[in-house]
Amino acid sequence: MKQVIHRKLSKNILRSSLIILLAFTTALSAQEGDPAKGKSLFNANCAACHQLDKKMTGPALRKVEQRLSDEQGLDREWIHAWVRNSSGVIKSGDSYANKIYNEYGGAAMTAFPQLSDDDINNILAYTAEEKAAPAQNAAVAVSAASDGGSTNGVTNEIILGALAVLFILLALGLYLVNKTLRRFAVAQDIELPETAKRTPLWKAFVQNQFLMIVVAIFFLLSSAYFVYGYLSQVGVDQGYQPVQPIHFSHKIHAGDNGIDCKYCHSSARVSKTSGIPSLNVCMNCHKSIYEYNGETSPEYSKEFYDGEIQKLYAAAGWSDADQKYTGESKPVKWVRIHNLPDFAYFNHSQHVTVAGVECQTCHGPVEEMEIMYQHAPLTMGWCINCHRETNVAVKDNAYYEKIHEELSKKYGVDELTAAQMGGLECGKCHY
Amino acid sequence: MSSNKKYWKSVEELNENSSIVETLKQNEFVEEIPTDEFLGDKETLEATSTTRRDFLKYIGFSTAAASLAACEGPVKKSIPYVVQPTEIIPGVANYYATTIADGFDFASVLVKTREGRPIKIENNALAGSNGNANARVNASVLGLYDSLRVQTPKQGDKAISWGTFDAEITKKLKDIAKANKKIVLLTQTYASPSTDALISKFKEKYGNVSHVVYDAISESAALDAYQAKYGERGLADYDFSKAMTIVSVGADFLGDWQGGGFDSGYAKNRVPDHGKMSRHIQIEANMSLSGANADKRIPATPTEQKLALAKLYSLIVGGSVSGDLPEHIDAAVKNAAAELKAAAGKAVVVTGLQDVNAQTLVLEINQVLGSKAFKPSTPIKTRQGSNAEVAELVADMKAGKVAAIIMSGVNPIYTLPNASDFAEGLNKTELSVAFSLKEDETSSLVNFIGAAPHYLESWGDVELKKGHYALMQPTIRPLFDTRQFQDTLLKWTETEGSYHDFIKSTWNTSILGGSSFNQALHDGVFITSVYAANGESSKTVTTTESTLKDKKDRTWVGGVIHGAAVGLGIKDEDKDEYLSTTKTSTVSTGSATINGVNIVSGVAAAKALASSAKSNGLELVLYSKTGMGDGQQANNPWLQEFPDPISRVSWDNYLTVSKSDAEKLGLENVHVATGALDGSYADVTVNGTTVKNVPVLIQPGQAKGSVGISFGYGRKLGLKDEMKTGVNAYELYANFETVQDVTVKAASGMHEFACVQLHNTLMGRGDILKETTLEIFNTKDKSHWNPIPVVSLNHEETPVTSPEVDLWDEFDRSIGHHFNLSIDLNACTGCGACVIACHAENNVPVVGKEEVRRSRDMHWLRIDRYYSSDDTFEGDNEKKDGFSGLFGDNGSLGGFGEMEHPADNPQVSFQPVMCQHCNHAPCETVCPVAATSHGRQGQNHMAYNRCVGTRYCANNCPYKVRRFNWFLYNGNDEFDYHMNDDLGRMVLNPDVVVRSRGVMEKCSMCIQMTQKTILDAKRDGRVIKDGEFQTACSAACSSGAMIFGDINDKESKVAKLKEDNRMYHLLEHVGTKPNVQYQTKVRNTKEA
Repeated sequence: MKQVIHRKLSKNILRSSLIILLAFTTALSAQEGDPAKGKSLFNANCAACHQLDKKMTGPALRKVEQRLSDEQGLDREWIHAWVRNSSGVIKSGDSYANKIYNEYGGAAMTAFPQLSDDDINNILAYTAEEKAAPAQNAAVAVSAASDGGSTNGVTNEIILGALAVLFILLALGLYLVNKTLRRFAVAQDIELPETAKRTPLWKAFVQNQFLMIVVAIFFLLSSAYFVYGYLSQVGVDQGYQPVQPIHFSHKIHAGDNGIDCKYCHSSARVSKTSGIPSLNVCMNCHKSIYEYNGETSPEYSKEFYDGEIQKLYAAAGWSDADQKYTGESKPVKWVRIHNLPDFAYFNHSQHVTVAGVECQTCHGPVEEMEIMYQHAPLTMGWCINCHRETNVAVKDNAYYEKIHEELSKKYGVDELTAAQMGGLECGKCHY
Repeated sequence: MSSNKKYWKSVEELNENSSIVETLKQNEFVEEIPTDEFLGDKETLEATSTTRRDFLKYIGFSTAAASLAACEGPVKKSIPYVVQPTEIIPGVANYYATTIADGFDFASVLVKTREGRPIKIENNALAGSNGNANARVNASVLGLYDSLRVQTPKQGDKAISWGTFDAEITKKLKDIAKANKKIVLLTQTYASPSTDALISKFKEKYGNVSHVVYDAISESAALDAYQAKYGERGLADYDFSKAMTIVSVGADFLGDWQGGGFDSGYAKNRVPDHGKMSRHIQIEANMSLSGANADKRIPATPTEQKLALAKLYSLIVGGSVSGDLPEHIDAAVKNAAAELKAAAGKAVVVTGLQDVNAQTLVLEINQVLGSKAFKPSTPIKTRQGSNAEVAELVADMKAGKVAAIIMSGVNPIYTLPNASDFAEGLNKTELSVAFSLKEDETSSLVNFIGAAPHYLESWGDVELKKGHYALMQPTIRPLFDTRQFQDTLLKWTETEGSYHDFIKSTWNTSILGGSSFNQALHDGVFITSVYAANGESSKTVTTTESTLKDKKDRTWVGGVIHGAAVGLGIKDEDKDEYLSTTKTSTVSTGSATINGVNIVSGVAAAKALASSAKSNGLELVLYSKTGMGDGQQANNPWLQEFPDPISRVSWDNYLTVSKSDAEKLGLENVHVATGALDGSYADVTVNGTTVKNVPVLIQPGQAKGSVGISFGYGRKLGLKDEMKTGVNAYELYANFETVQDVTVKAASGMHEFACVQLHNTLMGRGDILKETTLEIFNTKDKSHWNPIPVVSLNHEETPVTSPEVDLWDEFDRSIGHHFNLSIDLNACTGCGACVIACHAENNVPVVGKEEVRRSRDMHWLRIDRYYSSDDTFEGDNEKKDGFSGLFGDNGSLGGFGEMEHPADNPQVSFQPVMCQHCNHAPCETVCPVAATSHGRQGQNHMAYNRCVGTRYCANNCPYKVRRFNWFLYNGNDEFDYHMNDDLGRMVLNPDVVVRSRGVMEKCSMCIQMTQKTILDAKRDGRVIKDGEFQTACSAACSSGAMIFGDINDKESKVAKLKEDNRMYHLLEHVGTKPNVQYQTKVRNTKEA
């Protein structure tokens, strides 16, 4: 028995050692690289210049290791050296290094001495992954979603149809009962009571002069109200949503990607205008973002968005294939959405930088707008309301120190509104 | 009896038997009208479905639809940059230092650009010298957007490319050079080291080349005198801030004398400080700005001036001079000499007589006086023309000796007195090229026009004074296909690189001495270290650097805030002493060697001058007007509409005649209506040349026996029809002498002037313009010379400033900013730079001569000019106070009538008036729609979009500063000035709305500028320093007369000025409590 136990034990040891061995091998293969870690490293360090499947500032990196060893006979050590100090490799006279260097316009790759061998291996592991087919997945997801939607719709329709049939049956039953009863009554010679003929309601109404006058007054007043309402919205373009030459989605940029408004509209910080970003600002990112990989809908497909990016390239004169500017640009004629009349002065920096007002206060939920529209009415009443309600942001602003102390004492408040600061004076906005 | 003449329409009618005539008589229409075609066919008519009613329905519908569609706003496009330049942020102004050097005006300026468009010229506080923009320089930005500019190089009338232009001309030039014929470069004064270098390169390449410098209005005599004495061509520099006694003989040094730019120095000593101020004696013929500002003005004909100067010389330096002067002038000259001697080092004498002897005498006198204001060591370089060379050139051309002439920056056909000779000579040349902004009188006659860029599109450098350099840089990409003269010279001399590179290398090798070019470009100026290399100087250098640093800081935090009114309050006597050591040494060595010779020559000059002083009757004095200068900006509507500071006439030049001469000659002026003045015409003949129909203006203060006409008008080509105003006085400029013997003959007809101020005298109303003498100012109490008006309250005299007599409740304005503008009547010279600056900043429209004549001028800021009807304003006051009863000798009925007439030699005062921003504003209470209201910061607001145009406010304004838009002045062909084309509208300030028809407008105290300053401070989170707040006028004021600021900042200059004894408010007795203050004018006279 002892032996048996022993055997069992040795068997266990064997098994566990096998497991340990297996575990070790996985650990060893981890030495080969962890694609997940590699992905984050790649995005942090490499993505500015490299893509997996597309030549950009630098070459496409999918299966770079395999390619190098197959075509050039270069091993991983070479890659390590190159990543850490490419210019060193070039200077050493390495032929392939110099070839790459010249092919990419004599711009040496940034050195990454901080990346360890493991890090580089992880990145290589990521680059060695097979290309996924995200489009298919998305399509599947979409069809699944639409399936779910249709089943729901079917059940609702069935229930509603059944109810309708039920009601029709009920009405039919009642009608039949009524008809039968009348037939009985006729058969039994029971007289049905005739209802006395009364003046119709509308005639009585017309004959009642008081009511007519009241109604007329009401009618006049309400029409005056609506005419006034109509006239006062002339020139108010709330909800104005023009078609723009390039379908720019604020939802994708400000919403999904969380880009700060003032990254693109930088002059809002210092100038009276928020500024429509010049195309070089767009190209800061879009040099490397040449396709859309986010959520799509039937209306706005990936192809649609990619087409819009191509429009940007055409306008900026960027040749995506050659990765350089052609010099033939076509400035974009955007349709201006927020139009203040000439006689009203508005300064963005006053509101954005000094007062610290969020862009959304006036422009609405821009981060949810697929197509930009005018959120606020931009009427004077709207401006003034806000000035009456909003406190002046005086904290840490030496300009306000004295005036705020004196004025708040004068008005007996802790915090002054913009109106109390003088924000309702005509000449502050009209000159 | 009525006539029996037969009228006929065609020869055929004369034939009595013609059948055609008979048929024609019967038939109204020669051919039958095809009525049947559309009425005869009944079927078609009935078949058409469009009835009359339908037609009306369609009309009605389309009208309604069109008006409904009109409710939709227009679609506005916004086009951002493809690649935005890093230095441009839309909505934020950039400032560039540059230099204007158009041959007449030379100044270092700061150019404000918005979105890449230059929109305003400002003073360059870093400049030190010539940093002040006058009215013309302020207006020059509009010249950039002139729709009549030459837009491409031309051969005759044909537009060609620059390539063809170069090829054709160099080919011809080479041929001419091969034949060793003469090539002449005729240019304006460039005073540019780089251009000089280029021209010598050009000379080297083409051999027989001569360079003639031509100033339209010549300073040749002064240049010759200086050259003879100091061996270098230039004009003696003067620093009037060092002078306590100034005697000027015919020099309008506050105007364009020797290039101008002396007013800020002059104004410094005009403000009484510790009981002292400068004394200014002016002997002159025409009433000039300098004469108007003088403490004592002696009207004298040029002949008398010459004698007076010779006498002055003999009294100060020695020698005797024959010749008789009228007694009062003689006495005045003796007085002046005594005062000059007493002041010695603090005295200065200047003259504007274009006579080498006169100029020599002045140099002598100043040297003998040891004047500190006299700076011969740093000669002014901005006039270099030589009369003799120009005369020789014209003669050579006429003789056919000149094969090629290349002109740049000049318009000799317009400016030469013998223009026909020049035109004749031009025909004899083989090649004529003109670099010009316009197709003007000259460039329309030449073979090739080189389209020249405006100075705001050009590179350049200028040596304003010896050792004082300035740089010109482009502030906008060239609007048209233009190339500057210098770049072309580079091409023609086959030199690599642009003119920019050329300037850079010139500066780096010979001027900068190791300093940074970029720093010089940033400052716009560079002063060579030779002029700052002494013991005392090091101190001064550090102070300049500290202001510079300060300035930089402010540039960072909120755009450029130019350091207040230039030089204001800088009392440091020693500040410029850094020059003194070098200067004295030069002067002493100079006088040691040739001293004796000089004195002798001086005496000889005095004698020559005295003997040349002969006149035959009337003398003509030619001058340049503040607005128009030499006339190259004649197509500038701002300058045309700018009322002359003295005559207050816009859109014209005229013959100024004294009242007694006018009576003798039978010339008259008639007041027709407010703004409308009619004047006789006269024919003016000089040397056989007659200029016909010169309008006559009777000018108080014009010396009897003299008349004056200004240059710059009467242009014929290269300008819009509206701007073709006045007569060309250059035709009378024989031999480049500004003084001519003249005959004046009355001509028939009356000329219609547009004159914005017809009421010339103050009528003793001392509460409008308070004036006193230095003696009274120093000795008497404030209540004597600047009393606060009183009103009777319960039979007690109560000052109007006390709250009991006030109709209104006082608001508490002690919190926040409270803006005040102080205007010092002592420092204001009336130069008008503020008027144009206001135009540019506030988009003030130009209305044209007809409208100005209807008193509808739109100037937000006007400079009222008052004459005294007695010898002095004080005399007026006394006279008025002395009236008793209606009739009799002291009766007010006749007395007031007399007081309407200015004296023969009146005292003159200038008073800038804009909206007074009353705390208790009469305009605000009468506005039915509350379009005008008061802000807490002291500004009277005007909401144009609210205004319905009742004009009640204008009627209720005691200061008459509100302006009504009678018409739409922009985009209206009836007002074809700059706001009628896209190009001209580029000058508009985007921060200020362009007003429409039917709206009242007025000075806003530049609320857009104060708001901007506040916003910048808020954004930086800092307290605003004094001097940061500016208005367009106060920033433009180079004499420091206008000080703007916050009176709640007790340390501010304006708060202190408010407590000054000299402070008063305009029409204080009305009780409007204005926020514009005036400082009583003090005149340094003993006589009054």
